[in-house]
Amino acid sequence: MLPELGQFALIVAFCVAVVQGVLPLVGAHRRQLRWIALARPAASALTLLIAVAFGCLTASFVQNDFSVLYVAQHSNSLLPLPYRVAAVWGGHEGSLLLWVMMLALWMLAVAAFSRQLPDAMVARVLGVLGLVTAGFLLFILVTSNPFDRLLPGAEEGRDLNPLLQDPGLVIHPPMLYMGYVGFSVAYAFAVSALLSGQLDAAWARWSRPWTTAAWVFLTFGIALGSWWAYYELGWGGWWFWDPVENASFMPWLLGTALVHSLAVTEKRGSFKNWTVLLAISAFSLSLLGTFLVRSGVLTSVHAFATDPRRGIFILAFLVVVIGSSLVLFAWRAPKVGLGGRFGLVSRESFLLTNNVLLVVACASVLLGTLYPLVIDALGLGKLSVGPPYFDSVFAPLMIPVLFLIGVAPFARWKNASIAELSRTLRWAFVSAAIVGGAAPLLMGEWKPLVALSLVLAVWIVATAGLNFVVRVQSTRAGRPFMAACRQQPRSFLGMHLAHIGVAVFVVGVALVSGYQAEKDVRMDIGDTVEVGGYTFRFGGVRTEEGPNYTALVGDVELQRSGRVLRVLHPEKRSYVSSAMPMTEAAIDTGFLRDVYVSLGEPIDRARPDGPWAVRVYHKPFVDWIWGGCVLMALGGILALSDRRYRLAARAAAPVAGVADQAKA
Amino acid sequence: MNRFLWPLVGFVALVILLAVGLGLNPRDVPSPLVGKPAPVFTLARVDAPEKSFSPQEMRGKVWLLNVWASWCVSCRQEHPVLVEMAKNPAITLIGLNYKEVSGDGAIDADKLGEEGERRLALQRANAWLREHGNPYALSALDLNGRVGIDYGVYGVPETYVIDKSGLIRMKHTGPITPDVFSGKILPLIAELNK
Repeated sequence: MLPELGQFALIVAFCVAVVQGVLPLVGAHRRQLRWIALARPAASALTLLIAVAFGCLTASFVQNDFSVLYVAQHSNSLLPLPYRVAAVWGGHEGSLLLWVMMLALWMLAVAAFSRQLPDAMVARVLGVLGLVTAGFLLFILVTSNPFDRLLPGAEEGRDLNPLLQDPGLVIHPPMLYMGYVGFSVAYAFAVSALLSGQLDAAWARWSRPWTTAAWVFLTFGIALGSWWAYYELGWGGWWFWDPVENASFMPWLLGTALVHSLAVTEKRGSFKNWTVLLAISAFSLSLLGTFLVRSGVLTSVHAFATDPRRGIFILAFLVVVIGSSLVLFAWRAPKVGLGGRFGLVSRESFLLTNNVLLVVACASVLLGTLYPLVIDALGLGKLSVGPPYFDSVFAPLMIPVLFLIGVAPFARWKNASIAELSRTLRWAFVSAAIVGGAAPLLMGEWKPLVALSLVLAVWIVATAGLNFVVRVQSTRAGRPFMAACRQQPRSFLGMHLAHIGVAVFVVGVALVSGYQAEKDVRMDIGDTVEVGGYTFRFGGVRTEEGPNYTALVGDVELQRSGRVLRVLHPEKRSYVSSAMPMTEAAIDTGFLRDVYVSLGEPIDRARPDGPWAVRVYHKPFVDWIWGGCVLMALGGILALSDRRYRLAARAAAPVAGVADQAKA
Repeated sequence: MNRFLWPLVGFVALVILLAVGLGLNPRDVPSPLVGKPAPVFTLARVDAPEKSFSPQEMRGKVWLLNVWASWCVSCRQEHPVLVEMAKNPAITLIGLNYKEVSGDGAIDADKLGEEGERRLALQRANAWLREHGNPYALSALDLNGRVGIDYGVYGVPETYVIDKSGLIRMKHTGPITPDVFSGKILPLIAELNK
């Protein structure tokens, strides 16, 4: 019964979404108050219906109902309960349902936290979101129904892909989807603004917190995925420039650009068209990512089982959603004023440069991702684009970005002076050059690229600190320094925290790529190998039983200068139902370095208790990579908690109401 | 022209590319063997293990070599098409049963020993053909996948079209669909038979 109920809820949800997508939009256009008022209740009903469907699928998984095809394909009675719940989004159909669930939650949040917005605006935003939801619901109902029955039911399920049976993967997709889908809110605000013709500072102010929130989720999601790849795939890498990774990274780059350009639009009224285009593009790239992952046009480790019908549907959906918004953009944008003028050297121009660089970086990632497809489509053969392309294109673009992070916060709006900026910043620059330039010597070998990265990282931290002090001094007004510190707005602190996160990330990337050491060796019981000043003693491999797998567990003693630090247990698991071998690396995590051991293959397949091929890594500062991402995301959260959003909420309500009445 | 139309123009180009891409198969890597002689082998027959098969026997005929295994999910999808194909008198279909036991992750082939593996493979392969129908004139048993390596097999199913002089003229990776059969394979065979 439950699956049928879920299916029914989805069908009703689709109808509600269509109503929500049409009536409030028409109502806002014709100023029909009753139609406008429909938006909020419709959004609540839609969310409730989708939640029912999602709950039904989850219940089917929890009850091991293998008469549901999707459950039979992605679960197993031996699967532990938390993974049975996570298996809901372990395949194409369910992950799409999760996507729609997230979309509904964002919609509900918009409906709830938009009391200060003009009703017509809310109606437009919710209407656009309703249309997007309707499209996805139709996609699920037509091509990817998770509730399809398997009659007669299967005795046992095929099990969740063992790669996904991991705590990191339980939360990675929801985080990532929250980010992807969150950009739909910024998109909906942009489209509504274009529809109403009111592209103003108020629009930017409303969009900002939503964009930042989506960006925070996406940052967490990508970092989690990278961390998971690092400890689960057993290759010791943290980013592979895989098409699907790129699909999540491109919206992130544009989202980052959007966060910055929204700031300019809000404060100075400039870049309006540019900001709107970014908002549309960020969400478009989220949709494009969906297409790339689910249509089978590119090969990737992440690719879902593909079906050409799905590809055609998503492509048609892309055409409708992105095409119509770009047509709207081309139609409305010429009428939008330019906003505040600004000089060649000004905070606006620095932020514009940052935007352009991020967009170019995003375009180069897109080019590298789609290039194999272009070559194939032109009949010129087959090729793949790998890390060398991305590294060599991406890194040079980021150097000026990192430098500008330090400069822009000091630049005045409208017009800044280079002489004044260099006077303020010279000591920060000199100290960054000395500290960053000398730091690689501590690692034993001076490398120019590492030194350059460290100079930039120290530069960001030094300028952030300096900017903080300067600001506190200028707002002190006779109070003690510490008291003035506490008075700083959280958005200001959040900005610097996020920038410091970037610096921490850069340190991690530079040091790990510059100084990591690895050995791939054959080890017999009692053999030792030395990497990065640590000695590893191989104690053999034994068998252990897990709930739904059998593991070969290695004992590797980690020693430093003759002292045993701990015993690491890398595993090779073979899952009962899928017989797919999985590598579980053993990692000794440290603030300044990771030590990483993973089992390769036994030298003699018949004797797993004998010698093994073992891979050992020493990775200095690798955790700073994810630490940096966490700081960036925390910076975003800090900015979101800024009290001006709460104050603005209260202050704006009457004003907006009056403006709305004046129009009507 | 309105400069705000440029994003739309770029998007249209992207859509065209993606639409073309949908019709392509990224896993379809051209085989370097096309135009080269089909690698020689002699393997036991699945239906009659005491007899052997070698591609030389097919000299003077246009024939297809189809790589399959009972554990291969896509083969199951392809199989009805093959059965239908085999009804066409112009088609001579030879099967290459590929790693019947060692390719199946659920079985530990090392524990069986060579003779045990062979017996199990024959049993499984014949049972599968009985159940799903046998479109093959015969199937050769490539137990350890050695012949598969010579042919550059990297995904099952795969199909090779071999001409009268023993040259490989086409390789298809993945299941044969009715479209591939009537659009590509059949015209090629008609031409080779001229």
